[in-house]
Amino acid sequence: MSQFRHSLAGRLLADPFAVLALLIIAGLVLIAAFADVVSPHDHAAMNLADRFAPPSATYWLGTDNLGRDTFSRLAQGSRIALYVALTAVSISGLIGLVLGMIAGFGPRWLDNALLFFFDTLRAYPTIILALALAALMPRGLGTVIVVVVITSFSEYGRVVRTQTLSLKNAEFILAERAMGASFLRIVFHHVLPNVLGPFFILAAMNLPVVITIEAGMSFLGIGVPPGTPSWGATLKDGFDYIRSTPWIILAGGLPLILVTLGFTFLGEALRDQLDPKLRKSR
Amino acid sequence: MTDTLNVAGLTVHYQTREGALQALREVALNVPAGQIVGIVGESGCGKSTLINALLQLMPENARIAAGSIRLQAEELVRAPPRRLRDLRGRDIAVVFQDPMTSLNPVLTIGRQMLDVQYRDRRPRAAKLALAAAMLGRVGLPDPVAKLGAYPHELSGGQRQRVAIAMAVMMRPKLLIADEPTTALDATLEVQIIELLRELQQEIGCAILFISHHLGVIAELCDRVVVMYAGEAVEEGPVHDVFLSPGHPYTARLIECDPGRMKTRVAQLPAIPGNLPDLTDPPPGCIFRARCDSATERCASHPGHVALAPGHWAACHFAAKDRA
Repeated sequence: MSQFRHSLAGRLLADPFAVLALLIIAGLVLIAAFADVVSPHDHAAMNLADRFAPPSATYWLGTDNLGRDTFSRLAQGSRIALYVALTAVSISGLIGLVLGMIAGFGPRWLDNALLFFFDTLRAYPTIILALALAALMPRGLGTVIVVVVITSFSEYGRVVRTQTLSLKNAEFILAERAMGASFLRIVFHHVLPNVLGPFFILAAMNLPVVITIEAGMSFLGIGVPPGTPSWGATLKDGFDYIRSTPWIILAGGLPLILVTLGFTFLGEALRDQLDPKLRKSR
Repeated sequence: MTDTLNVAGLTVHYQTREGALQALREVALNVPAGQIVGIVGESGCGKSTLINALLQLMPENARIAAGSIRLQAEELVRAPPRRLRDLRGRDIAVVFQDPMTSLNPVLTIGRQMLDVQYRDRRPRAAKLALAAAMLGRVGLPDPVAKLGAYPHELSGGQRQRVAIAMAVMMRPKLLIADEPTTALDATLEVQIIELLRELQQEIGCAILFISHHLGVIAELCDRVVVMYAGEAVEEGPVHDVFLSPGHPYTARLIECDPGRMKTRVAQLPAIPGNLPDLTDPPPGCIFRARCDSATERCASHPGHVALAPGHWAACHFAAKDRA
């Protein structure tokens, strides 16, 4: 038992914000997994007789301008949100991890070149890049993912590079080399596990950012194709009728707020636990 | 007797913006098989550079300008990297100064001890058994449970014992101990010294023991090398060097050892002056600027003046003073 209390999971469960975050994320994952089961209606079925219905026992969160059930659309939208977030974060994280470690271990000129590259990409406002790419590429989730990857992998790259640089000169790395460890052994057995902590914290904090970017792009009409039940599309539908039927846009914003809070709390709780300097003594 | 380690004329330069910093100049020292040789010197005298050079793990801006390092008659300077990696950890092992930073914080002790044995083709269980046996040998209680522990769960003394266990596990021919007790408190220091001596006898390795603690050197070592500003200035049996030092620097260093003070003083003695600028070291005796008995002759480099078999000092007056 004491073993568990001191393990990462045990310490996370002692933090009320972390528990709340895990509950929200678990809820999101469950709804996404069983979207078809939990949806009371077909998310695409139009029921023109019940347009702009307020929340009720039949339509939990009301209906939109075409009489589609908002709750069912949001449940379906959680799949899109999770899919975009996980794919984009995995791809950009992997690119950032590799480039960051190359920058950290490589010669000075390569490091400088990669840093310049990272900074150039970081300097681009996401939404401007999104608009530019949306004009060039077909509309769809693929474009959203490309935009997110281009704008965010440099962030991982920078964090990984800084970690690698400080680890490269750590005494235990010198000790390992003095024990005859090969370069690959140093990289994969000793540096990589030390880099992963901050890396995962950043990834957890970035998941909601990606979800918001997808919603933002769909809201602007450059994300998912029309008719797709993305959260951003629901917001867009609601925005047009915000004066007469505000519940559509309110309902569309709710999952975004919850998911952002959930992943942010989780990221912060992870950071508190994984960063020994911040860890509170209990 | 054959020497385990033979360093001759070792000169190491660091490229800096101010020019080449001559961190080591013509350093010579021998570590006979099965003996413990101490290296003593103040901060900045080149001890760390020497260790890095022995391991051939030097910073990018360091360059071995001249000299040779022979481990059991095998030349290490400019040896192929593959061969060097074979030697490291198997024939040469190191215990570092600070046990708080010399272990990987995110891997368990057992995992790190398995890593050291990566060359062995034996089954994992046998390797773990050896690791546990080594941990027990260096005096860690409950060694099997310690295999699953992370470094932060151990105290400083326990970590240093782990580091020693890892270093001697492959039965190296030469163990380099880089101030292994500096970061520990005094009672632990004695235990670690005892442990090193016992292990040295069991394994029969030679130890190169770096320290600035004269008392520890006198206690543990057979021979001692005194370093100053990148040069070895005196080498000999511990007894001879400490009782009748041949170099003025050695003599002053011993005078300044707080452990030898007989009377209470308000201020601890120190050698006046500073280390010379190593980007442009003065010609002649390197200690001349701070030496009380320096004369015109000291403008030329004294070379090694033999005092007794196996005892020399780099001072023109080393032999004269003893008469």
